[in-house]
Amino acid sequence: MVNTHVNLSGFELDNPVIPASGTFGYGYEFAELYDINILGTFSFKGTTRDPRFGNPTPRIAECASGMLNSVGLQNPGVDQVIAEELPRLKKCFRKKVIANISGFSRDEYVCCAEKLAAQEQVGLIEVNVSCPNVHNGGMSFGTCPSSAAEITRAVKAVANHKPVYLKLTPNVTNVAEIAKACEDAGADGISLINTMLGMRIDLRKRKPVLANTMGGFSGKAVFPVALRMVWQVYEAVRIPIIGMGGVSSTEDVLEMMFAGASAVQIGAANLQNPFICKEIIEELPAVMERLNIQNLTDIIGAAHS
Amino acid sequence: MAGCLKKGLFKIRKNRKIAKDIYLMILQGDTSAVTAPGQFVNIALNGFYLRRPISVCDLSGDMLTIIYKVVGHGTAYMSKLEKGRHLDLLTGLGNGYDTSCSGDKPLLIGGGVGVPPLYYLAKKLLEQKKHPSVILGFNSREDVFGEQEFKALGLETVITTADGSYGISGFVTDALKNFHNYSYFYSCGPEAMLKAVSDASESSGELSFEERMGCGFGACMGCSCKTKYGNKRICKDGPVLKKEEVIW
Repeated sequence: MVNTHVNLSGFELDNPVIPASGTFGYGYEFAELYDINILGTFSFKGTTRDPRFGNPTPRIAECASGMLNSVGLQNPGVDQVIAEELPRLKKCFRKKVIANISGFSRDEYVCCAEKLAAQEQVGLIEVNVSCPNVHNGGMSFGTCPSSAAEITRAVKAVANHKPVYLKLTPNVTNVAEIAKACEDAGADGISLINTMLGMRIDLRKRKPVLANTMGGFSGKAVFPVALRMVWQVYEAVRIPIIGMGGVSSTEDVLEMMFAGASAVQIGAANLQNPFICKEIIEELPAVMERLNIQNLTDIIGAAHS
Repeated sequence: MAGCLKKGLFKIRKNRKIAKDIYLMILQGDTSAVTAPGQFVNIALNGFYLRRPISVCDLSGDMLTIIYKVVGHGTAYMSKLEKGRHLDLLTGLGNGYDTSCSGDKPLLIGGGVGVPPLYYLAKKLLEQKKHPSVILGFNSREDVFGEQEFKALGLETVITTADGSYGISGFVTDALKNFHNYSYFYSCGPEAMLKAVSDASESSGELSFEERMGCGFGACMGCSCKTKYGNKRICKDGPVLKKEEVIW
């Protein structure tokens, strides 16, 4: 029997497979399709202090082996998440969940973190300092080492001893430098990558496809970039990494772990195939056996010399 | 109302052109997730990242009919698929039309590629002993399809064309002026048409909307809209909205 258990700063997971924020809602749409308790855990929809409708539509565009989205953090706000979404989730998910939070000011991050850290159902706080779809927030905190560090310290102070992971953007020159700044500021771990900034133009309309002009590029096509960044961050920090970006198969999960990820998130692939995480979890032991992997923790970063 | 989606392989039984850029495809597979007219399927195509959402035009046993328009590379690829090939479908998506609201004499108003879901709706209404009438609008004679099929159900079917080359000259709303005492309306078509129908209608009704979708099953928030009853996802809480809730 192979061992698929992994550990994120004390948060024990049966397996490393985690649906990524923004592709899994608050879980219950998928709970209608399969028993989501088979997941390692999942990262819920990016939540802000105040309710947000998000950006105008069209918010979705297709590209070669991937997609663009400009949803813009649509969510019901932290109070309603606690009052309605989490109780509803509790009925179909007995594990602890990753609370993904975002904001437009330090105070907003602190407010969300404080409220969600107090929830028993929350096992880890993932701080999105990397959303490319909102102005004056999200990504602007994650593109500068000192502001990423400031958000890290502020969230850590109210996190109720729950692990705090900073979710980083690939839209920077030196991602390792920002990861290091978060580590030095007390981050328990790093999640990466969020989406890459991209766009498409509708030739018939002679206008951008997305109403918000630009959006986040994700899907299979970004996998090599994501893998490279996980590799670079692994070399720069000692804290655990959740790797993500274009992961669509069991082999992709293992590549991410060899590059340095302790667990792996799956995003856009859920939208193509709502059963992808289930399929990967079911296939994982056989693929591990084929590759002579006994304990999944043994391969974390094992491709580094 | 919507149940639970299913994912499965369907075999192409037929795929042929029926009007300018319009194709009819018959697919065979597990159709049990389809629970209401106005629902859609989401079709995976080799070489395309996102699925193509297409409304259900007809359903009979394990045979599902869709009618789609070639509007880009994905639907152009679809139009070239030969029978015998298999396609991966998500089925049972969307809320669909609520036939319990129809009253005795509902009016079905479709425009262009919005016509197909009204066919399955008409059949369901007839099963319930209702008496629907139909207005179908197109740009021009070469775009017209479905007239014979609706007439074969025994329904009064009025065709309009914007350039006057067939049927009544003008838009569906020009034909709508001649209808009175209908109990309810069901509509599907371009948004400008839906608004015009909503404004001109003398009864309550339901409208089916289109939007670019990511997943098609409510996960990604790609197709959200604001309604008088709060934010809704076109793919999961729609595509059918009540006239009274739409914010134009």
